[in-house]
This record gives sequence, structure tokens and C-alpha cells, in this order.
Amino acid sequence: MAERIGVYVCHCGSNIAGVVDVVQVAQWAAGRLKHRGVIIARDYKFMCSSLGQELIEQDIKELGLTRVVVAACSPHLHEQTFRNACARAGLNPYLCELVSIREQVSWVHTDKVAATEKAKAVTSGGVERVLWDEPLEPLRVPIHPATLVVGGGIAGIQAALEIADGGHRVYLVEREPSIGGHMAQFDKTFPTLDCAACILTPKMVSVGMHPNITMMTWSEVEKVEGYVGNFTVTVRQKARCVKTDLCTGCGVCEEKCPKKVVDNVFEAGLGYRKAIYTPFAQAVPKYPVIDRENCTYFQKGTCKACEKFCPTGAIDFSQQDELITLQVGNIVLATGFDLFDSRRIPQYGYGRLANVFTSLEFERMCNAAGPTNGNVVLRDGLTAPKTVGIIHCVGSRDKNFNNYCSAICCMQSLKFAHIVKERTGAEVYNFYIDMRTAAKAYDEFDQRVRDEGTHVIRGRAAEVTDAARMPGEEGKLIIQAEDTLIGRQRRIPVDMVLLAAGLEPRRDAKQTAQLFGLSCSADGWFIEKHPKLDPVATMTEGIFIAGCVQGPKDIPNSVVQGAAAAARVQGRIQQKEISLEPVRASINEHRCSGCRICNNLCPFNAILFHDDRMVSEINPALCQGCGTCVAACPAGAISGTVFSNEQILAQIQGLLMLNLNGGRVEELVAA
Amino acid sequence: MNYGYYPGCSLERNAAAYDVSTRAVAAHLGLGLDELEDWNCCGATEYIAINKLAAYALIGRNLALAQKQLHAPGNGRLAADGRAQLVAPCSACFLNLRKADRYLQDDETLRTATNEALAAGGLRYDPGTIFVRHLLDVMVNDVGFEEIKRRVTKPLTGLRVAPYYGCLLVRPRLGGELSNAEYPTELDQLMKALGAEVVDFPLKAHCCGGHMTQISAEVAYELLRRLLQNAADYKADVIVTLCPMCQLNLDAYQSRVNQHFGAGFNLPILYFTQMMGLAFGLDEKALGFGKEIVSAAAALAKIGEPPKAGAPARRRKDDKALPMPGAKP
Repeated sequence: MAERIGVYVCHCGSNIAGVVDVVQVAQWAAGRLKHRGVIIARDYKFMCSSLGQELIEQDIKELGLTRVVVAACSPHLHEQTFRNACARAGLNPYLCELVSIREQVSWVHTDKVAATEKAKAVTSGGVERVLWDEPLEPLRVPIHPATLVVGGGIAGIQAALEIADGGHRVYLVEREPSIGGHMAQFDKTFPTLDCAACILTPKMVSVGMHPNITMMTWSEVEKVEGYVGNFTVTVRQKARCVKTDLCTGCGVCEEKCPKKVVDNVFEAGLGYRKAIYTPFAQAVPKYPVIDRENCTYFQKGTCKACEKFCPTGAIDFSQQDELITLQVGNIVLATGFDLFDSRRIPQYGYGRLANVFTSLEFERMCNAAGPTNGNVVLRDGLTAPKTVGIIHCVGSRDKNFNNYCSAICCMQSLKFAHIVKERTGAEVYNFYIDMRTAAKAYDEFDQRVRDEGTHVIRGRAAEVTDAARMPGEEGKLIIQAEDTLIGRQRRIPVDMVLLAAGLEPRRDAKQTAQLFGLSCSADGWFIEKHPKLDPVATMTEGIFIAGCVQGPKDIPNSVVQGAAAAARVQGRIQQKEISLEPVRASINEHRCSGCRICNNLCPFNAILFHDDRMVSEINPALCQGCGTCVAACPAGAISGTVFSNEQILAQIQGLLMLNLNGGRVEELVAA
Repeated sequence: MNYGYYPGCSLERNAAAYDVSTRAVAAHLGLGLDELEDWNCCGATEYIAINKLAAYALIGRNLALAQKQLHAPGNGRLAADGRAQLVAPCSACFLNLRKADRYLQDDETLRTATNEALAAGGLRYDPGTIFVRHLLDVMVNDVGFEEIKRRVTKPLTGLRVAPYYGCLLVRPRLGGELSNAEYPTELDQLMKALGAEVVDFPLKAHCCGGHMTQISAEVAYELLRRLLQNAADYKADVIVTLCPMCQLNLDAYQSRVNQHFGAGFNLPILYFTQMMGLAFGLDEKALGFGKEIVSAAAALAKIGEPPKAGAPARRRKDDKALPMPGAKP
């Protein structure tokens, strides 16, 4: 039976029609492609509108169309729309082709005549290709109702709580001994100045007590297998050396431990902890861990002070790492950020000049539970500063390091200015490039801090030095900067310098991305499915991202993303099953030589090898239809649905108009 | 290893100590320095502002001579990438050679005009054929700290050294310079390898004033005062330099600075190659000591004195001091 093809050319308002003569394209298709089976060709202002879709549905029903070609925008945008329209009219949705005459024609050309000819060629390619399309049925897979959340910072906590409150099982995996993330390190939060612990710890406790949350701290994800709906995840539970069923969290072990260590994680290097420790008083869970690298017993074989003093006998030096396997349907990654290492900008003196501090050090310093009990003091631990300089954009907006804006530092620096003034009455100088306070109540906070008397100098600091040049500079740290508002170099002698270091992707972000099969941008942040319209999904089905792993952001935005990811996951769970695009590769066993080249190339581990028959086979649920194996197979044994060799070659022939009437290529050139 | 050697004018006169110590140390380390035949002045820092083409022809002639001499068949001085290596101990010469090589590569018009000028002398230069290196870069990256440490027979223990890089070596970033333009550490590490005590010298990459002494002396005096003051504040015994201009300004104008500001600086200014030779146990006379204006004799007498500071005090229980970044408890 000859196919009955309908061609629909979209104006997209003036997006396409402004450059391409769409009426001519439709008329041309009706006439010149008639012998290929085109029985109707129409143009319409907005094919994607409900009226446009109805047009197609009506034609399918009334004219008995067996194939549909829509010449409009990119398939990324509306392929689904037109497939659905076909399905509603009873046509298998995979017999519909969307060819792009917007992104690939009207938006990239200015010559109207040539663009119209190219649109005809593109449409012709679609017609040739649609003839080879086969009716396909989507694959339906069940969704496992449990979810894995990786990272116990505020974004992960929010996501875990919302999913758990919805009645579903959540596994929350955290690398450190306690959940809480960076937010637990902070003292106050901008712009309201409410205490970070006061708003965070209730949430942490909820996570710890929630019947639907299995919290796994001091743990890391080691392996991820499977696909959306059916992930198998292996988690390494690092040996705590503390039996959690016996430990009461009394803290005696920590008190008695003789080994003091600089705490480079929670205290940001500004304070100490013991070799057995809980990072902070409100830690969830309350159980300590033994840091084996620093524990005297593990290093020298004697000590065991903690074991001796533990009233419940909870210390267990023989504990080993455990590998735990979890079944989950969806994954939320909320692995956060690392602070830019300020030592990379040596002219700011961090690590060399004692009284230069990073933002995270200062957060700990002004925290009442921190190393100085909240006193703002110099590195000697005693002296209050009389003048403080705060340098914005350290490692951000700097082409030597990171081009991006770290988003939080302006507000954080203003918060610091307020805290310094409040606690010490010191003069404060903020050196900024641009003051970026674009969120609710942020600009008002900027005004408030300026009204309190903080000096703001618009200019990137050139250096921080202890080399005194003028009277009054001796014994001080001098910040040199160009004040770009008055057009002058200024040297401000201060006692203390705070560096608002930028946010960077976690040092191991690339490995994490690889582990979960995601991609990172050039900066190292994880890439969302769409920067505006799908900010928490990723290109890998079933894996979502939330918080700073996606890019620098403040607490409110991290919470928003955590909640958004939770909503997406719950929607999935509610559906109970998901239909997967039937865009899959398959192997012709008769042609497969068993060379196994495809086995290792598959990025989704979807190909398995049958030793007995010496042939490879593709698991259709794991296959994402990327086509890598199709291209690599030396025997040509693999073909992909929707992208078969026949389809692609036919489309190329259509584009070149070879099959239609010989002279077209020359005609095009003549035009 | 063999290198083309471009001493530059200062090393024949005021910086003769730099030249002799460079040759002595190179010979000791087995570095072959093949001096360019018939080299001429690099044009220093001013000429480029007066007549661009003439300036590029002047410096380009040296590059062309280097290409001819070092790329001659059987010369055997080519690096793996096919370039010949040319070493300049003077920062101004280094910068001019480096700059000319780069800009002649980038600017076709300038390249054609320069080569037309060079053709009058039967020469031409193909940019990219010569890799211009500063002597410090060669010592640090080709010889290496390990080898240098191994050669030390008379460590400079007890001598407090302020390492001074100046501004011409570290920028602009045209390749072949040190690791960090704002706060380089190569010379610091080299001096440590020789056993000296290196002071943190915040002004290490600041300008010495260059030829400002001839144009506006007071401006130059202020720049020099800052350097001397800072080195003195850190109780340095000597300032070690790698640039003849820096050495000249700090050494020859030190008494003028003292007069102008009523100060009493007495800081000898020495070349890093002199310090290397000293630590290697080479003959002091062969290293050009004694040519400096502010005498180094008293400072050098300190070498070998035991370090003054005792063992660091144990942390007291009630010590409230916060740990420094990266500190171990």
C-alpha cells in the first residue's frame, strides 16, 4: 500500500515566515513531492497551537494519512507535541517526523530565496525519511518507590524531607560524620540575620527521626547500576569504630581522647577536634567517628583511651567498612561546593600573613560555638581588630581563575561587615567590583549596612601587604586598590582582612559526574536538562540535581531546588511506571562476530556479552539510543531504531533531492 | 646541556660580576654557554618607544644572529621542539628578546619590515625558531633544585636573604617566565636550596624605578626606599637580584636614598649567581665579589653562624592562638 503523507509547514509567527516563504514551501511539497506520497501540504501560523494540532488530527482521520512530516522548530521543542497529536488521531506517534526549518534555516540565514530553497530541501529530507519510519511502542518500566539523596546539606535535607513526608522511602547518604553541610558552619544568614543553627538543626533532627528516612552518614556512593526506576546503588559505610546501637552520644570519648587535630572540614582549619569526634554539638546523628589516620591506636597500636572510658562499651576498633546495596527508582544529587583556595592568589597573602582569613574561617570565628566562642579576634586569639577590610570576588569574576560570579559573596561580605561592626565597633572597608544584591530584601540589607557606617570602595583589591610605606601603616596590613569611583589609588591600613572566596565545584565533582553518568560544564558544575525550563533534571533520566552542585547559589535557592527535585521525584513515583523512548539499538546476532568492541564503548553499560553463543546483546531498558555502538560495530551488526542506516541515507538523499527529479540541485545553484 | 648566551651590554660593564659569576657557575654545573658572535645592544627599555621599527631591527638582529649560529648544521643545540635555546641573564634583554619573538610572530607587517631591514645585513629572523630563556628559569627548571642542593659544599647558613625579582622578568606573560607574576617563589626556593634563610619579601616583584633615576630622581628614590625599607624591616642581610638594572639602582643609589630621606640603609645587593658560586665553594674573586658599591664583606662574614632562633616554643595549654592555614597541631 502506498503511504499517504501529510506535510505541515509552520510560520512560527514571523520566526520562520519572516525569512522563509512558507506558503511556497507548502505548495512546492504538494506538487513536487506528490509522487513520493504527499497527498496534502498545508502551512499554518502556529502549528503547535491547539488549532494547528487539530488540523493534523483532522487530516489523519479524514484523509487517512499514514505518515506526517512537520516542518517547524527543533525536535527538542515540539517533537512530543506532534507525536501526541498523531497518537490522538490513532496514528502511531513514531510515524511523525519533525524537521527543523527554524533553528537550522530561518534563524541562521538572511537570504530569503536561498532559505526558502533550503527549507524545501529539509522538508524533502523529512519526507524521504518518514517513509522508512516504523511504528514503535514505548517501553514501560516500573518505578521503584525509594529514592537516593546524595549529600546532606540544606538542599539534600530539603529534598529528603519532602519526599519522605510524601510517604516514600529515602536513603540520605552523607560523606561526613554528620548531616548539615556548609550551612551548619555558618553563624547568621543574610539578609534576616537569623541564626543558621536555629533554622537548620530542627530540620536535621527531623531527618534523623523520620520513619521514612534511612540516614547513612560517614558513607559514600561507590557504584551506580541500572536505569531510571531501577537503580542498584552500592554505598560504602566507612567504619565508624563506634557501635551506634550502644553509643549514647555522651561525649566522654571525645573528652578523653588525647589526640588533638586541626579540623580542616567543619572548623575550616581555624579550630581543633579530637581523633574521635562529632563535628559539632548538634550533629545528627550524635554518634562520633574515629578518624583512623590521626588516631594514636591505629597509628601506633596503643592508647584506647576512648574504649577505656566509654561507659557503654560502644567503641569497636575492629569495625570494617561495609558495602551496602540499595534499590532505588530515582536519585537526587546535592553534593554542594568547595571553597576557592585563596592561596592561589598569593598577592592577598592568605597562608602567609596571619591576619588574612577566608570567609569560611570567619563564619566559624563569629559562630558562638566556634573556636573563639564568637569573638572577632586576630590570629593571636586575643586582640580585637580596630579596622577590617573585606575583599569581594576572591577567585570569582577573574579570568585567571573563575569567570563566573559566585552569587553569595556580596551578601556574605555585607553580613560580615555588619557582624564585625556589631561585635567590635571596628571600621569596616568593603572592596567590591559590583554590588550584587538582586533578591528579595537583599538590596535593603546593603542599604542598612551602609547606613551603619561601613565604607564601601568600588575597586578590586590589587594586593594585601605588610610592607609599610607611609606613617600609620607600620604593623598593619595594607590593602591597595584603585577606587574606581574617584579614580584614585588608595591604601587602607587594616588589622584584619577577610577574603570572600568564591564557590567552586567539589574537587572530585568530575568523578561524581562519571559515577552517575552526568556531564559537567567547563567550569565543573553539573549540567541541568534545561537552564530555564528544567533546572533540576539532568540528561540522564531518573537523576536530579539540587543546590550548589548545579552552580553557586544561596540558601533560599538551594532549598527551592531541593524542593523542586523532590516534587519531580514524587511525580515519578506517583506514576508507578515510566515509558521510555523506544529509541534503542539492537544487535543482529547473525552478523555479530563477538569482537566485543561495543561492550566497553557503551556509556550506559547496556551491552552484555553471551559467552556461550559469543555474541553481544543490548538491554533495551538500559540503552539510551546514543548510537555509539551503531557507529563502532565493524560488522555493521547493530542498528538503531529511529536512526537506522536506511532512514539516515534516505534523509540525506531527500536533502540532496537526488531521488526526486535529477535537475533540482542545479536549479538550486542557479537560484 | 648547551645554550646560546646573550650577555647584553650591562654585563660587560656595571654588571661584570653577574657575567663572571654566571660563567663560573655554568662551567661548574656543566652548562655550555655559547656566546652569540657580534651581538649588539637590545635597545633597553626606552628605544621601543622612540622608533618601533628601528627597535625591532636592533633586537631582531640578535635573534637573527642566534638563528644563524644556533641553527647551523651540526651545532647540536636544538631543543626537542626544534627550537634553539638562548639564555639572557639580564631581565630587560630577556623581555626584549621574548617580546620581539612574539610580536614578530603576531604582526605580519612588522615582521616583513623588520626582515627587510635585517636583509641589508644579510640576515633574517623566523619567529618561533629561538626559545628565549632567563638564566634563573634555566637554573631552576633545567638544572633543578635537587642538583643544586647536591652541589652545595658551603651552605649559606645564617645569612638572611631578601629575594628580589623586579618587574621585567615576571610580566607580561609571554611564556618562559616564572610561575606567578604577582608572587613568584623560584628565587626563594633557590636560595633555600643554597642553605640561606629566606625572608618573606612582599615587594619582591615591585619596580626598582628603572631609568627613572635619570628622569625624575625623586620618584626613583621613593621606589628604592620602599624596597630597602622593606628588606631592612625583615632584617635581611643582603638583597639578591637577577637583573642588572635592579642591582645598579639599589646599589649605586643607596647612598643618595640615605641622603634624601636621612636614612641609614646598608644593604649589599648581590646577584643570585654569586650566591650560587659561593655555596658551591667557588673562588670568591672569580665570582666578582668586591665590585659591589655597598660592601658585602660584613654580611658574608655571617655565613656559618648558627641560627639565632631556638627550637619553636611548645604550645602552651592556655594559648589561645588560632592555627595558621594548613598548620599541623
